[in-house]
Amino acid sequence: MLSRRIIPCFDVHNGKVTRGVQFGKAEAGELKNVGDPVEMAKDYDAQGADELVFLDITASSEGRSIMHDVVAATAEQCFMPLTVGGGLRTLTDIEAMLKSGADKVSLNTAAIKNPKLIADASDRFGAQCIVLAIDAKREPDGRSWRVYTHGGRHPTELDAVAWARRAVELGAGEVLLTSMDRDGTRDGYDLALTRAVSDAVSVPVIASGGAGQLAHFAEVLEQGQASAVLAASLFHFGTFTIPQVKDFLGTLGLPVRR
Amino acid sequence: MSTIAVIDNGICNLRSVTKALEVIGAVPRVVRTPAEVAASGATGLVLPGVGALRDCVASLRATGLAATVRDWIATDRPFLGVCLGMQALFENSEEGSVTGLGILPGRVVRFRRPSEFKIPHMGWNTVRFTQPHSPLASGLAPDGEAFYFVHSYYCVPTDPALVLGECDYGGAFCAAIARGRCFATQFHPEKSQAKGLQIYRNFAGLAATGT
Repeated sequence: MLSRRIIPCFDVHNGKVTRGVQFGKAEAGELKNVGDPVEMAKDYDAQGADELVFLDITASSEGRSIMHDVVAATAEQCFMPLTVGGGLRTLTDIEAMLKSGADKVSLNTAAIKNPKLIADASDRFGAQCIVLAIDAKREPDGRSWRVYTHGGRHPTELDAVAWARRAVELGAGEVLLTSMDRDGTRDGYDLALTRAVSDAVSVPVIASGGAGQLAHFAEVLEQGQASAVLAASLFHFGTFTIPQVKDFLGTLGLPVRR
Repeated sequence: MSTIAVIDNGICNLRSVTKALEVIGAVPRVVRTPAEVAASGATGLVLPGVGALRDCVASLRATGLAATVRDWIATDRPFLGVCLGMQALFENSEEGSVTGLGILPGRVVRFRRPSEFKIPHMGWNTVRFTQPHSPLASGLAPDGEAFYFVHSYYCVPTDPALVLGECDYGGAFCAAIARGRCFATQFHPEKSQAKGLQIYRNFAGLAATGT
């Protein structure tokens, strides 16, 4: 049976993993380094994490080249799937990141500005390595979610569910869905958002934003119909280990790899 | 220590494959042409592949490596295809109606599953080895080891005896094949942590026993 995936996420700034707190903090200078990405990746590899996601939150070109080194060093030491996102705007950017050792790339703002990038990248590299990242925030009506870009600063005209559906039609092979309302709160994933997107698309959905307790993982996998769960600080600060999460899910009968 | 040639198709990243081979003590040689395969002195050949099958097969034909692969397998030298490198061996695929190398009889079809089964089939799934005494499965539990998959199409060999391992995703599908010393996996051993490295170790062991 296909296991539900448990995915630690690294926000990488200038080659260091930073604390995954709420949107906008990077610009406010409120970043806190939590460690070296390669060393942390090796630790998660040993713990039995199912995949790793690296999001490059550096704006500078130096940061970009550091990111390639980080990805290459990780891919050489961890024999597990690695998704890399942040600042990838062209097919050339994507190809370079795949050649550095990423197995999948996640596209966010660039895909919104130029949806054809999804189709072109999917055609060239295969849908399996094109992940659409969506940062979504619940609208005042409480029943729909708006897509934001630039790390959550800029609202778009896009509805999260409709955008996910369109991106998958264009060729995205997976959706990394972050609830901006829940990110950093530890109040639990946005179950309704996750369920709405998962029901709308044929591809796997990774739920992100809000994990704080073991029960949150189970809720979003069951009620949210997520294929995978992502968390950052919860793992980085040792609140839970990967085996603890898997043991808990296993006792509920959810398929996990051990 | 065996030298293993790894075919570079141009697009996909080979680092994980070559690194996996290094970790288990083999010597990988990245090859792009038939001449490079010959000059490598390799006793094993790996055909990795991600991306589009059409590009993978077109590249093999353009470089002449299609014939190299065909001869290599015809003479029963140790061969390992991975993902698209497995699908390319068959006669045809539903993915863009691609004509494959036709080295093995059979076809490649798209998953047709109820909507709760997300496509691509992505993540860790259990492979049951239906040829438990196969050298490729040595050291692995025959009734199930988890490997990493990411694919929307799978191979249907005409001869069921080719099946080395099966996986279940809304129904059984062929996850690995073996014929003599020709092996191929739909999953990615280089992304499957220790159990995946065991596959490469087993393959390199075969390649080390001479041609």
